[in-house]
Amino acid sequence: MRNIYFRKLKESIIRAFFFTNGILVVFILMGIFFFLLYTAIPAFREIDIKEFFTSKNWNPTSPVKEEYGILAMIVSTFLVTLGALVIAVPIGIGVASYLSDVAHWKVREIVKPIIEILAGIPSVVIGFLGIVLFGPAIAKISGQSHGLNAINGSILLAVMALPTIISISEDSLNAVPRAYKEASLALGASRWQTLVRVKIPAALSGIIAAVMLGMGRAIGETMTVLMATGNAPAFPSGFLSSIRTMTATIAIELGEVPYYTTHYYALFAIGLVLFIITFFVNLISDLVLHKFQEREL
Amino acid sequence: MNKKKFIEFLGFFSLRICVYLVLAVILLFVYDIGSKGVGSINWEFLSQAPRKGMTEGGIFPAIIGTFLVTIVTAILAVPLGMFAAIYLNEYAKQTKLTRIIRLSIRNLSGVPSIVYGLFGVILFVNILKFGTSVLSAGLTLGLLTLPWTITASEEALKTIPNSYREGALALGATKWQAIRTNVLPYALPGMLTGTVLGLARAAGETAPIMFTGAAFYLPMLPKSLADQFMALPYHLYVMATQHHAISQVRPLAYGTALVLIILILLMNLAVFILRFRLRRVIKD
Repeated sequence: MRNIYFRKLKESIIRAFFFTNGILVVFILMGIFFFLLYTAIPAFREIDIKEFFTSKNWNPTSPVKEEYGILAMIVSTFLVTLGALVIAVPIGIGVASYLSDVAHWKVREIVKPIIEILAGIPSVVIGFLGIVLFGPAIAKISGQSHGLNAINGSILLAVMALPTIISISEDSLNAVPRAYKEASLALGASRWQTLVRVKIPAALSGIIAAVMLGMGRAIGETMTVLMATGNAPAFPSGFLSSIRTMTATIAIELGEVPYYTTHYYALFAIGLVLFIITFFVNLISDLVLHKFQEREL
Repeated sequence: MNKKKFIEFLGFFSLRICVYLVLAVILLFVYDIGSKGVGSINWEFLSQAPRKGMTEGGIFPAIIGTFLVTIVTAILAVPLGMFAAIYLNEYAKQTKLTRIIRLSIRNLSGVPSIVYGLFGVILFVNILKFGTSVLSAGLTLGLLTLPWTITASEEALKTIPNSYREGALALGATKWQAIRTNVLPYALPGMLTGTVLGLARAAGETAPIMFTGAAFYLPMLPKSLADQFMALPYHLYVMATQHHAISQVRPLAYGTALVLIILILLMNLAVFILRFRLRRVIKD
Protein backbone atom coordinates (compact mmCIF):
# COMPACT_ATOMS: atom_id res chain seq x y z
CA MET A 1 0.00 0.00 0.00
CA ARG A 2 2.78 2.40 0.91
CA ASN A 3 4.09 1.93 -2.59
CA ILE A 4 0.87 3.19 -4.18
CA TYR A 5 0.81 6.28 -2.00
CA PHE A 6 4.41 6.95 -2.86
CA ARG A 7 3.65 6.62 -6.54
CA LYS A 8 0.72 8.98 -6.31
CA LEU A 9 2.77 11.52 -4.42
CA LYS A 10 5.53 11.31 -6.98
CA GLU A 11 3.05 11.77 -9.82
CA SER A 12 1.50 14.84 -8.27
CA ILE A 13 4.90 16.38 -7.60
CA ILE A 14 5.83 15.86 -11.24
CA ARG A 15 2.53 17.34 -12.36
CA ALA A 16 3.08 20.36 -10.09
CA PHE A 17 6.55 20.82 -11.55
CA PHE A 18 5.25 21.02 -15.12
CA PHE A 19 2.35 23.20 -14.03
CA THR A 20 4.79 25.68 -12.46
CA ASN A 21 6.60 25.93 -15.78
CA GLY A 22 3.33 26.40 -17.62
CA ILE A 23 1.99 29.12 -15.35
CA LEU A 24 5.32 30.95 -15.48
CA VAL A 25 4.49 32.61 -18.81
CA VAL A 26 1.50 34.34 -17.21
CA PHE A 27 3.79 35.76 -14.54
CA ILE A 28 6.34 36.86 -17.13
CA LEU A 29 3.68 38.76 -19.07
CA MET A 30 2.32 40.36 -15.90
CA GLY A 31 5.87 40.99 -14.71
CA ILE A 32 6.74 42.90 -17.86
CA PHE A 33 3.63 45.04 -17.46
CA PHE A 34 4.06 45.80 -13.76
CA PHE A 35 7.80 46.47 -13.92
CA LEU A 36 7.24 48.86 -16.82
CA LEU A 37 4.39 50.53 -14.96
CA TYR A 38 6.43 50.79 -11.77
CA THR A 39 9.36 52.37 -13.60
CA ALA A 40 7.14 54.64 -15.71
CA ILE A 41 5.09 56.14 -12.88
CA PRO A 42 7.87 58.34 -11.38
CA ALA A 43 8.02 60.15 -14.74
CA PHE A 44 4.65 61.67 -14.02
CA ARG A 45 5.79 63.36 -10.85
CA GLU A 46 7.23 66.04 -13.12
CA ILE A 47 5.43 65.53 -16.41
CA ASP A 48 1.78 66.43 -16.87
CA ILE A 49 0.08 63.30 -18.23
CA LYS A 50 -2.05 65.31 -20.63
CA GLU A 51 1.00 67.12 -21.95
CA PHE A 52 2.78 63.77 -22.35
CA PHE A 53 0.17 62.51 -24.80
CA THR A 54 -0.83 65.74 -26.54
CA SER A 55 2.34 67.78 -26.87
CA LYS A 56 4.26 67.51 -30.12
CA ASN A 57 7.57 68.54 -28.54
CA TRP A 58 10.01 66.01 -27.20
CA ASN A 59 13.03 67.81 -25.87
CA PRO A 60 14.17 66.20 -22.62
CA THR A 61 17.71 67.57 -22.67
CA SER A 62 16.86 71.22 -23.30
CA PRO A 63 18.75 73.52 -20.91
CA VAL A 64 15.89 76.04 -20.94
CA LYS A 65 12.70 74.01 -20.64
CA GLU A 66 12.52 70.24 -20.80
CA GLU A 67 9.59 69.02 -22.87
CA TYR A 68 8.11 65.54 -22.82
CA GLY A 69 5.46 65.19 -25.52
CA ILE A 70 5.20 61.92 -27.41
CA LEU A 71 2.44 62.81 -29.89
CA ALA A 72 4.89 63.22 -32.77
CA MET A 73 6.37 59.76 -32.08
CA ILE A 74 2.96 58.09 -31.84
CA VAL A 75 1.90 59.68 -35.13
CA SER A 76 5.24 58.69 -36.71
CA THR A 77 4.85 55.09 -35.55
CA PHE A 78 1.36 54.87 -37.00
CA LEU A 79 2.35 56.66 -40.20
CA VAL A 80 5.15 54.22 -40.96
CA THR A 81 2.91 51.28 -39.96
CA LEU A 82 0.08 52.50 -42.18
CA GLY A 83 2.46 52.79 -45.12
CA ALA A 84 3.73 49.26 -44.46
CA LEU A 85 0.21 47.83 -44.42
CA VAL A 86 -0.82 49.66 -47.60
CA ILE A 87 2.09 47.92 -49.33
CA ALA A 88 2.04 44.55 -47.59
CA VAL A 89 -1.68 43.75 -47.40
CA PRO A 90 -2.56 43.64 -51.12
CA ILE A 91 0.71 41.92 -52.04
CA GLY A 92 0.43 39.49 -49.13
CA ILE A 93 -3.15 38.51 -49.94
CA GLY A 94 -2.18 38.26 -53.62
CA VAL A 95 0.67 35.86 -52.89
CA ALA A 96 -1.46 33.84 -50.44
CA SER A 97 -4.28 33.55 -53.03
CA TYR A 98 -1.83 32.52 -55.71
CA LEU A 99 -0.26 29.86 -53.50
CA SER A 100 -3.56 28.44 -52.27
CA ASP A 101 -5.61 28.64 -55.48
CA VAL A 102 -3.53 29.03 -58.60
CA ALA A 103 -0.06 27.61 -58.10
CA HIS A 104 0.89 24.07 -58.97
CA TRP A 105 1.96 22.22 -55.81
CA LYS A 106 5.52 22.00 -57.08
CA VAL A 107 5.67 25.79 -57.38
CA ARG A 108 4.25 26.08 -53.88
CA GLU A 109 6.90 23.75 -52.48
CA ILE A 110 9.60 26.00 -53.94
CA VAL A 111 8.11 29.41 -53.18
CA LYS A 112 7.15 28.78 -49.56
CA PRO A 113 10.65 27.96 -48.25
CA ILE A 114 12.03 31.00 -50.09
CA ILE A 115 9.52 33.24 -48.32
CA GLU A 116 10.53 31.56 -45.06
CA ILE A 117 14.11 32.68 -45.70
CA LEU A 118 12.77 36.23 -45.64
CA ALA A 119 11.24 35.60 -42.21
CA GLY A 120 14.65 34.48 -40.96
CA ILE A 121 16.60 37.58 -41.97
CA PRO A 122 17.35 39.61 -38.81
CA SER A 123 15.78 43.06 -38.59
CA VAL A 124 19.18 44.73 -38.32
CA VAL A 125 20.12 43.31 -41.73
CA ILE A 126 16.83 44.57 -43.22
CA GLY A 127 17.59 47.99 -41.74
CA PHE A 128 21.07 47.87 -43.25
CA LEU A 129 19.53 47.13 -46.65
CA GLY A 130 17.27 50.13 -46.12
CA ILE A 131 20.37 52.30 -45.80
CA VAL A 132 22.38 50.84 -48.68
CA LEU A 133 19.68 49.73 -51.13
CA PHE A 134 16.36 51.56 -50.71
CA GLY A 135 17.74 54.82 -49.30
CA PRO A 136 19.77 55.84 -52.37
CA ALA A 137 16.96 54.68 -54.70
CA ILE A 138 14.35 56.73 -52.85
CA ALA A 139 16.67 59.74 -52.80
CA LYS A 140 17.12 59.51 -56.56
CA ILE A 141 13.41 59.15 -57.32
CA SER A 142 12.21 61.85 -54.91
CA GLY A 143 15.09 64.22 -55.59
CA GLN A 144 15.96 64.59 -51.91
CA SER A 145 19.46 64.62 -50.49
CA HIS A 146 18.95 61.28 -48.73
CA GLY A 147 16.35 58.52 -48.66
CA LEU A 148 16.13 57.90 -44.94
CA ASN A 149 12.46 58.70 -44.34
CA ALA A 150 9.05 57.28 -43.52
CA ILE A 151 8.50 55.59 -46.88
CA ASN A 152 11.82 53.75 -46.59
CA GLY A 153 10.74 52.43 -43.19
CA SER A 154 7.33 51.50 -44.57
CA ILE A 155 8.83 49.47 -47.42
CA LEU A 156 11.12 47.59 -45.02
CA LEU A 157 8.36 46.93 -42.50
CA ALA A 158 6.14 45.71 -45.35
CA VAL A 159 8.85 43.26 -46.38
CA MET A 160 9.13 42.06 -42.78
CA ALA A 161 5.35 41.72 -42.35
CA LEU A 162 4.88 39.79 -45.60
CA PRO A 163 5.87 36.29 -44.38
CA THR A 164 3.40 36.52 -41.47
CA ILE A 165 0.57 37.88 -43.62
CA ILE A 166 1.20 35.37 -46.40
CA SER A 167 1.39 32.27 -44.23
CA ILE A 168 -1.64 32.98 -42.02
CA SER A 169 -3.77 34.19 -44.96
CA GLU A 170 -2.86 31.10 -46.93
CA ASP A 171 -3.79 28.87 -44.00
CA SER A 172 -7.18 30.50 -43.67
CA LEU A 173 -7.79 30.32 -47.44
CA ASN A 174 -6.95 26.62 -47.34
CA ALA A 175 -9.33 26.16 -44.42
CA VAL A 176 -12.33 27.30 -46.47
CA PRO A 177 -14.41 24.14 -47.08
CA ARG A 178 -14.03 22.67 -50.56
CA ALA A 179 -17.80 22.65 -50.96
CA TYR A 180 -17.86 26.46 -51.12
CA LYS A 181 -15.52 26.48 -54.07
CA GLU A 182 -17.24 23.59 -55.82
CA ALA A 183 -20.70 25.11 -55.39
CA SER A 184 -19.49 28.40 -56.82
CA LEU A 185 -17.82 26.75 -59.81
CA ALA A 186 -20.89 24.56 -60.41
CA LEU A 187 -23.04 27.70 -60.62
CA GLY A 188 -20.91 28.89 -63.52
CA ALA A 189 -18.56 31.30 -61.74
CA SER A 190 -15.03 31.49 -63.05
CA ARG A 191 -12.11 30.54 -60.82
CA TRP A 192 -11.28 34.21 -60.40
CA GLN A 193 -14.86 35.08 -59.38
CA THR A 194 -14.84 32.14 -56.96
CA LEU A 195 -11.60 33.36 -55.40
CA VAL A 196 -12.63 37.00 -55.03
CA ARG A 197 -16.31 36.62 -54.16
CA VAL A 198 -16.40 33.31 -52.29
CA LYS A 199 -13.07 32.20 -50.90
CA ILE A 200 -11.56 35.50 -49.78
CA PRO A 201 -14.79 36.64 -48.03
CA ALA A 202 -15.04 33.23 -46.35
CA ALA A 203 -11.45 33.49 -45.12
CA LEU A 204 -11.74 37.15 -44.22
CA SER A 205 -11.48 36.87 -40.43
CA GLY A 206 -8.28 34.83 -40.77
CA ILE A 207 -6.89 37.40 -43.18
CA ILE A 208 -7.83 40.26 -40.84
CA ALA A 209 -6.10 38.46 -37.96
CA ALA A 210 -2.99 38.07 -40.13
CA VAL A 211 -3.01 41.77 -40.98
CA MET A 212 -3.42 42.73 -37.31
CA LEU A 213 -0.54 40.47 -36.37
CA GLY A 214 1.62 42.08 -39.05
CA MET A 215 0.55 45.48 -37.73
CA GLY A 216 1.58 44.56 -34.18
CA ARG A 217 5.00 43.52 -35.45
CA ALA A 218 5.40 46.74 -37.43
CA ILE A 219 4.47 48.97 -34.48
CA GLY A 220 6.99 47.25 -32.21
CA GLU A 221 9.82 46.87 -34.72
CA THR A 222 12.91 48.78 -33.64
CA MET A 223 16.07 48.23 -35.67
CA THR A 224 14.67 48.74 -39.17
CA VAL A 225 12.95 52.03 -38.37
CA LEU A 226 15.89 53.16 -36.26
CA MET A 227 18.27 52.66 -39.17
CA ALA A 228 16.10 53.64 -42.13
CA THR A 229 13.77 56.50 -41.18
CA GLY A 230 16.26 59.27 -40.41
CA ASN A 231 15.17 59.87 -36.78
CA ALA A 232 14.36 63.60 -37.00
CA PRO A 233 12.38 64.31 -33.83
CA ALA A 234 9.82 66.56 -35.52
CA PHE A 235 6.15 66.15 -36.32
CA PRO A 236 5.94 64.22 -39.61
CA SER A 237 4.62 66.11 -42.61
CA GLY A 238 4.31 63.15 -44.97
CA PHE A 239 5.91 59.96 -46.20
CA LEU A 240 8.99 61.77 -47.45
CA SER A 241 9.78 63.37 -44.12
CA SER A 242 12.36 61.95 -41.78
CA ILE A 243 10.59 60.55 -38.74
CA ARG A 244 11.34 59.14 -35.32
CA THR A 245 9.14 56.40 -33.90
CA MET A 246 8.53 55.43 -30.27
CA THR A 247 10.83 52.41 -30.54
CA ALA A 248 13.61 54.45 -32.15
CA THR A 249 13.42 57.10 -29.42
CA ILE A 250 13.92 54.48 -26.72
CA ALA A 251 16.78 52.88 -28.65
CA ILE A 252 18.56 56.20 -29.25
CA GLU A 253 18.19 57.74 -25.82
CA LEU A 254 18.28 54.89 -23.32
CA GLY A 255 21.99 54.38 -23.88
CA GLU A 256 22.87 57.96 -22.97
CA VAL A 257 20.39 58.91 -20.28
CA PRO A 258 21.52 59.00 -16.63
CA TYR A 259 19.68 56.38 -14.55
CA TYR A 260 16.73 57.40 -12.36
CA THR A 261 16.11 60.81 -13.90
CA THR A 262 12.77 62.04 -15.23
CA HIS A 263 14.09 61.47 -18.73
CA TYR A 264 14.96 57.85 -17.85
CA TYR A 265 11.51 57.21 -16.40
CA ALA A 266 9.87 58.90 -19.40
CA LEU A 267 11.57 56.43 -21.75
CA PHE A 268 10.01 53.58 -19.78
CA ALA A 269 6.67 55.38 -20.02
CA ILE A 270 7.06 55.26 -23.81
CA GLY A 271 7.82 51.55 -23.48
CA LEU A 272 4.65 51.10 -21.44
CA VAL A 273 2.55 52.88 -24.09
CA LEU A 274 4.14 50.66 -26.71
CA PHE A 275 3.41 47.54 -24.66
CA ILE A 276 -0.24 48.52 -24.20
CA ILE A 277 -0.78 49.34 -27.89
CA THR A 278 0.76 46.09 -29.15
CA PHE A 279 -1.03 44.12 -26.41
CA PHE A 280 -4.42 45.26 -27.66
CA VAL A 281 -3.56 44.86 -31.34
CA ASN A 282 -2.45 41.27 -30.64
CA LEU A 283 -5.45 40.59 -28.42
CA ILE A 284 -7.89 41.72 -31.12
CA SER A 285 -6.02 39.66 -33.71
CA ASP A 286 -6.25 36.67 -31.39
CA LEU A 287 -9.98 37.10 -30.76
CA VAL A 288 -10.70 37.43 -34.51
CA LEU A 289 -8.65 34.31 -35.26
CA HIS A 290 -10.29 32.39 -32.44
CA LYS A 291 -13.76 33.28 -33.68
CA PHE A 292 -12.72 32.17 -37.13
CA GLN A 293 -11.49 28.79 -35.87
CA GLU A 294 -14.60 28.23 -33.77
CA ARG A 295 -16.83 28.85 -36.76
CA GLU A 296 -14.88 26.32 -38.76
CA LEU A 297 -15.56 23.69 -36.14
CA MET B 1 -18.01 35.04 -71.77
CA ASN B 2 -14.83 36.40 -73.26
CA LYS B 3 -14.89 39.31 -70.89
CA LYS B 4 -15.12 36.92 -67.95
CA LYS B 5 -12.14 34.96 -69.24
CA PHE B 6 -10.20 38.15 -69.81
CA ILE B 7 -10.83 39.37 -66.26
CA GLU B 8 -9.77 35.99 -64.92
CA PHE B 9 -6.57 36.14 -66.95
CA LEU B 10 -5.88 39.66 -65.71
CA GLY B 11 -6.61 38.70 -62.11
CA PHE B 12 -4.38 35.65 -62.05
CA PHE B 13 -1.72 37.62 -63.88
CA SER B 14 -1.69 40.28 -61.16
CA LEU B 15 -1.44 37.58 -58.47
CA ARG B 16 1.55 36.17 -60.30
CA ILE B 17 3.11 39.65 -60.38
CA CYS B 18 2.77 39.80 -56.58
CA VAL B 19 4.68 36.53 -56.24
CA TYR B 20 7.39 37.65 -58.66
CA LEU B 21 7.72 40.94 -56.80
CA VAL B 22 8.26 39.22 -53.44
CA LEU B 23 10.71 36.73 -54.92
CA ALA B 24 12.57 39.56 -56.66
CA VAL B 25 12.95 41.47 -53.39
CA ILE B 26 14.30 38.37 -51.63
CA LEU B 27 16.74 37.65 -54.45
CA LEU B 28 17.83 41.29 -54.49
CA PHE B 29 18.53 41.14 -50.73
CA VAL B 30 20.48 37.90 -50.95
CA TYR B 31 22.37 39.01 -54.06
CA ASP B 32 23.30 42.43 -52.70
CA ILE B 33 24.61 41.11 -49.38
CA GLY B 34 26.19 38.05 -50.96
CA SER B 35 28.03 39.85 -53.75
CA LYS B 36 29.24 42.79 -51.69
CA GLY B 37 29.93 40.84 -48.50
CA VAL B 38 31.88 37.95 -49.93
CA GLY B 39 34.90 40.13 -50.72
CA SER B 40 35.41 41.00 -47.05
CA ILE B 41 35.28 37.45 -45.79
CA ASN B 42 38.59 35.75 -45.31
CA TRP B 43 40.34 33.96 -42.50
CA GLU B 44 41.61 37.21 -40.97
CA PHE B 45 38.08 38.66 -40.93
CA LEU B 46 36.74 35.64 -39.08
CA SER B 47 39.60 35.09 -36.66
CA GLN B 48 40.77 38.54 -35.55
CA ALA B 49 39.50 41.42 -33.48
CA PRO B 50 38.73 44.83 -35.04
CA ARG B 51 41.76 47.11 -35.32
CA LYS B 52 42.48 50.82 -35.81
CA GLY B 53 39.17 52.16 -34.53
CA MET B 54 37.30 49.30 -36.17
CA THR B 55 38.36 50.32 -39.67
CA GLU B 56 40.37 47.15 -40.14
CA GLY B 57 40.57 43.65 -38.78
CA GLY B 58 37.81 41.16 -38.19
CA ILE B 59 34.74 40.26 -36.21
CA PHE B 60 36.00 37.36 -34.12
CA PRO B 61 34.88 38.83 -30.73
CA ALA B 62 31.40 39.49 -32.16
CA ILE B 63 31.07 35.89 -33.37
CA ILE B 64 32.16 34.55 -29.98
CA GLY B 65 29.88 37.01 -28.17
CA THR B 66 26.84 36.00 -30.19
CA PHE B 67 27.72 32.35 -29.60
CA LEU B 68 28.04 32.81 -25.82
CA VAL B 69 24.86 34.82 -25.43
CA THR B 70 22.93 32.26 -27.50
CA ILE B 71 24.09 29.52 -25.13
CA VAL B 72 22.72 31.45 -22.13
CA THR B 73 19.50 32.01 -24.08
CA ALA B 74 19.23 28.29 -24.77
CA ILE B 75 19.86 27.34 -21.14
CA LEU B 76 16.88 29.46 -20.09
CA ALA B 77 14.48 29.03 -22.99
CA VAL B 78 14.91 25.40 -24.06
CA PRO B 79 14.12 23.52 -20.84
CA LEU B 80 11.48 26.02 -19.70
CA GLY B 81 9.86 25.88 -23.12
CA MET B 82 9.83 22.08 -23.16
CA PHE B 83 8.44 21.76 -19.64
CA ALA B 84 5.70 24.30 -20.30
CA ALA B 85 4.82 22.51 -23.54
CA ILE B 86 4.64 19.16 -21.71
CA TYR B 87 2.25 20.71 -19.21
CA LEU B 88 0.05 22.23 -21.92
CA ASN B 89 -0.10 19.19 -24.17
CA GLU B 90 -0.03 16.33 -21.65
CA TYR B 91 -1.52 17.57 -18.39
CA ALA B 92 -3.64 20.70 -18.96
CA LYS B 93 -7.38 20.33 -19.31
CA GLN B 94 -9.63 22.78 -21.12
CA THR B 95 -10.01 25.19 -18.23
CA LYS B 96 -10.08 28.94 -18.01
CA LEU B 97 -6.56 28.90 -16.55
CA THR B 98 -5.25 26.94 -19.53
CA ARG B 99 -6.83 29.47 -21.86
CA ILE B 100 -5.14 32.29 -19.95
CA ILE B 101 -1.78 30.52 -20.24
CA ARG B 102 -2.22 30.10 -23.99
CA LEU B 103 -3.32 33.69 -24.39
CA SER B 104 -0.26 34.83 -22.43
CA ILE B 105 2.06 32.84 -24.70
CA ARG B 106 0.56 34.38 -27.82
CA ASN B 107 0.73 37.84 -26.31
CA LEU B 108 4.32 37.37 -25.17
CA SER B 109 5.32 36.53 -28.73
CA GLY B 110 3.85 39.86 -29.79
CA VAL B 111 5.63 42.00 -27.20
CA PRO B 112 8.08 44.29 -29.05
CA SER B 113 11.70 43.22 -28.69
CA ILE B 114 12.74 46.63 -27.34
CA VAL B 115 10.18 46.23 -24.53
CA TYR B 116 11.95 42.98 -23.59
CA GLY B 117 15.11 45.08 -23.56
CA LEU B 118 13.55 47.57 -21.14
CA PHE B 119 12.35 44.71 -18.93
CA GLY B 120 15.84 43.23 -19.00
CA VAL B 121 17.31 46.57 -17.87
CA ILE B 122 14.92 46.75 -14.92
CA LEU B 123 15.00 43.13 -13.80
CA PHE B 124 18.38 41.67 -14.74
CA VAL B 125 20.64 44.73 -14.91
CA ASN B 126 19.23 46.73 -11.97
CA ILE B 127 17.17 44.63 -9.56
CA LEU B 128 19.16 41.39 -9.76
CA LYS B 129 22.37 43.42 -10.21
CA PHE B 130 23.79 41.32 -13.04
CA GLY B 131 24.88 44.59 -14.67
CA THR B 132 25.27 44.92 -18.41
CA SER B 133 26.64 41.48 -19.14
CA VAL B 134 26.43 38.29 -21.16
CA LEU B 135 24.16 36.93 -18.44
CA SER B 136 21.66 39.83 -18.53
CA ALA B 137 21.50 39.87 -22.31
CA GLY B 138 21.19 36.09 -22.56
CA LEU B 139 18.38 35.95 -20.01
CA THR B 140 16.55 38.81 -21.75
CA LEU B 141 16.80 36.97 -25.06
CA GLY B 142 15.74 33.79 -23.27
CA LEU B 143 12.46 35.38 -22.19
CA LEU B 144 11.95 36.65 -25.74
CA THR B 145 12.55 33.17 -27.16
CA LEU B 146 10.39 31.34 -24.61
CA PRO B 147 7.01 31.70 -26.39
CA TRP B 148 8.59 30.36 -29.60
CA THR B 149 10.17 27.34 -27.91
CA ILE B 150 6.91 26.52 -26.12
CA THR B 151 4.92 26.65 -29.35
CA ALA B 152 7.51 24.60 -31.27
CA SER B 153 7.75 21.96 -28.53
CA GLU B 154 3.99 21.66 -28.31
CA GLU B 155 3.73 21.16 -32.08
CA ALA B 156 6.18 18.26 -31.72
CA LEU B 157 4.20 16.71 -28.84
CA LYS B 158 0.97 17.02 -30.82
CA THR B 159 2.35 14.76 -33.55
CA ILE B 160 2.60 11.80 -31.15
CA PRO B 161 -0.57 9.69 -31.56
CA ASN B 162 -2.74 9.20 -28.49
CA SER B 163 -2.50 5.42 -28.83
CA TYR B 164 1.13 5.65 -27.64
CA ARG B 165 -0.01 7.21 -24.36
CA GLU B 166 -3.03 4.93 -24.00
CA GLY B 167 -0.94 1.82 -24.65
CA ALA B 168 1.34 2.62 -21.74
CA LEU B 169 -1.51 3.63 -19.44
CA ALA B 170 -3.39 0.40 -20.23
CA LEU B 171 -0.36 -1.59 -19.11
CA GLY B 172 -0.54 0.10 -15.72
CA ALA B 173 2.01 2.84 -16.23
CA THR B 174 1.47 6.12 -14.43
CA LYS B 175 0.96 9.29 -16.41
CA TRP B 176 4.58 10.35 -16.03
CA GLN B 177 5.86 6.89 -16.95
CA ALA B 178 3.72 6.99 -20.08
CA ILE B 179 5.07 10.40 -21.02
CA ARG B 180 8.67 9.49 -20.25
CA THR B 181 8.77 6.19 -22.06
CA ASN B 182 6.21 6.53 -24.84
CA VAL B 183 5.95 10.22 -25.68
CA LEU B 184 9.20 12.07 -25.02
CA PRO B 185 11.59 9.73 -26.87
CA TYR B 186 9.58 10.22 -30.06
CA ALA B 187 8.82 13.91 -29.57
CA LEU B 188 12.27 15.01 -28.40
CA PRO B 189 13.94 15.34 -31.83
CA GLY B 190 11.04 17.47 -33.08
CA MET B 191 11.13 19.57 -29.94
CA LEU B 192 14.85 20.17 -30.31
CA THR B 193 14.70 21.14 -33.98
CA GLY B 194 11.86 23.56 -33.29
CA THR B 195 13.74 25.22 -30.48
CA VAL B 196 16.88 25.60 -32.59
CA LEU B 197 14.82 27.68 -35.02
CA GLY B 198 13.78 29.90 -32.12
CA LEU B 199 17.41 30.27 -31.05
CA ALA B 200 18.42 31.21 -34.60
CA ARG B 201 15.93 34.07 -34.47
CA ALA B 202 17.18 35.13 -31.04
CA ALA B 203 20.77 35.19 -32.28
CA GLY B 204 19.82 37.85 -34.84
CA GLU B 205 18.05 40.15 -32.36
CA THR B 206 19.60 43.52 -31.60
CA ALA B 207 17.18 45.70 -29.64
CA PRO B 208 17.01 43.48 -26.51
CA ILE B 209 20.80 43.31 -26.10
CA MET B 210 21.63 46.97 -26.82
CA PHE B 211 21.17 48.03 -23.20
CA THR B 212 21.63 44.74 -21.38
CA GLY B 213 25.20 43.88 -22.32
CA ALA B 214 26.27 44.35 -25.94
CA ALA B 215 29.26 46.65 -26.26
CA PHE B 216 30.30 49.05 -29.02
CA TYR B 217 33.86 47.80 -29.02
CA LEU B 218 35.87 45.64 -26.65
CA PRO B 219 39.57 44.90 -27.02
CA MET B 220 39.19 41.47 -25.45
CA LEU B 221 36.82 38.55 -25.22
CA PRO B 222 34.42 38.27 -22.26
CA LYS B 223 36.12 36.32 -19.47
CA SER B 224 32.96 35.46 -17.56
CA LEU B 225 29.20 35.78 -17.75
CA ALA B 226 29.44 39.08 -15.88
CA ASP B 227 31.41 40.79 -18.67
CA GLN B 228 30.10 42.84 -21.55
CA PHE B 229 30.43 41.39 -25.03
CA MET B 230 30.39 42.25 -28.73
CA ALA B 231 27.60 40.70 -30.80
CA LEU B 232 27.20 40.30 -34.55
CA PRO B 233 23.83 42.06 -34.95
CA TYR B 234 24.84 44.98 -32.73
CA HIS B 235 28.22 45.18 -34.47
CA LEU B 236 26.41 45.47 -37.81
CA TYR B 237 24.25 48.28 -36.40
CA VAL B 238 27.36 50.09 -35.15
CA MET B 239 29.24 49.65 -38.43
CA ALA B 240 26.21 50.78 -40.45
CA THR B 241 25.18 53.86 -38.47
CA GLN B 242 27.40 54.73 -35.50
CA HIS B 243 30.93 54.47 -36.85
CA HIS B 244 32.89 57.68 -37.43
CA ALA B 245 33.88 56.64 -40.97
CA ILE B 246 30.77 54.89 -42.22
CA SER B 247 31.57 54.80 -45.93
CA GLN B 248 35.09 53.56 -45.28
CA VAL B 249 33.89 50.59 -43.23
CA ARG B 250 30.97 49.71 -45.51
CA PRO B 251 32.71 46.56 -46.84
CA LEU B 252 33.19 45.39 -43.24
CA ALA B 253 29.50 46.03 -42.54
CA TYR B 254 28.57 43.97 -45.61
CA GLY B 255 30.87 41.20 -44.44
CA THR B 256 29.29 41.23 -40.97
CA ALA B 257 25.79 41.08 -42.46
CA LEU B 258 26.78 38.13 -44.65
CA VAL B 259 28.32 36.21 -41.74
CA LEU B 260 25.19 36.85 -39.66
CA ILE B 261 22.89 35.63 -42.41
CA ILE B 262 25.04 32.57 -43.15
CA LEU B 263 25.08 31.70 -39.45
CA ILE B 264 21.29 31.83 -39.24
CA LEU B 265 20.79 29.99 -42.54
CA LEU B 266 23.18 27.27 -41.34
CA MET B 267 21.13 26.78 -38.18
CA ASN B 268 17.98 26.59 -40.33
CA LEU B 269 19.62 24.20 -42.76
CA ALA B 270 20.76 21.92 -39.94
CA VAL B 271 17.19 21.75 -38.68
CA PHE B 272 15.89 21.08 -42.20
CA ILE B 273 18.29 18.18 -42.74
CA LEU B 274 17.67 16.79 -39.27
CA ARG B 275 13.91 16.83 -39.85
CA PHE B 276 14.25 15.15 -43.20
CA ARG B 277 16.39 12.39 -41.70
CA LEU B 278 14.13 11.90 -38.71
CA ARG B 279 11.10 11.62 -40.95
CA ARG B 280 12.85 8.83 -42.85
CA VAL B 281 13.90 7.05 -39.67
CA ILE B 282 10.36 7.15 -38.32
CA LYS B 283 8.97 5.86 -41.63
CA ASP B 284 11.34 2.90 -41.55
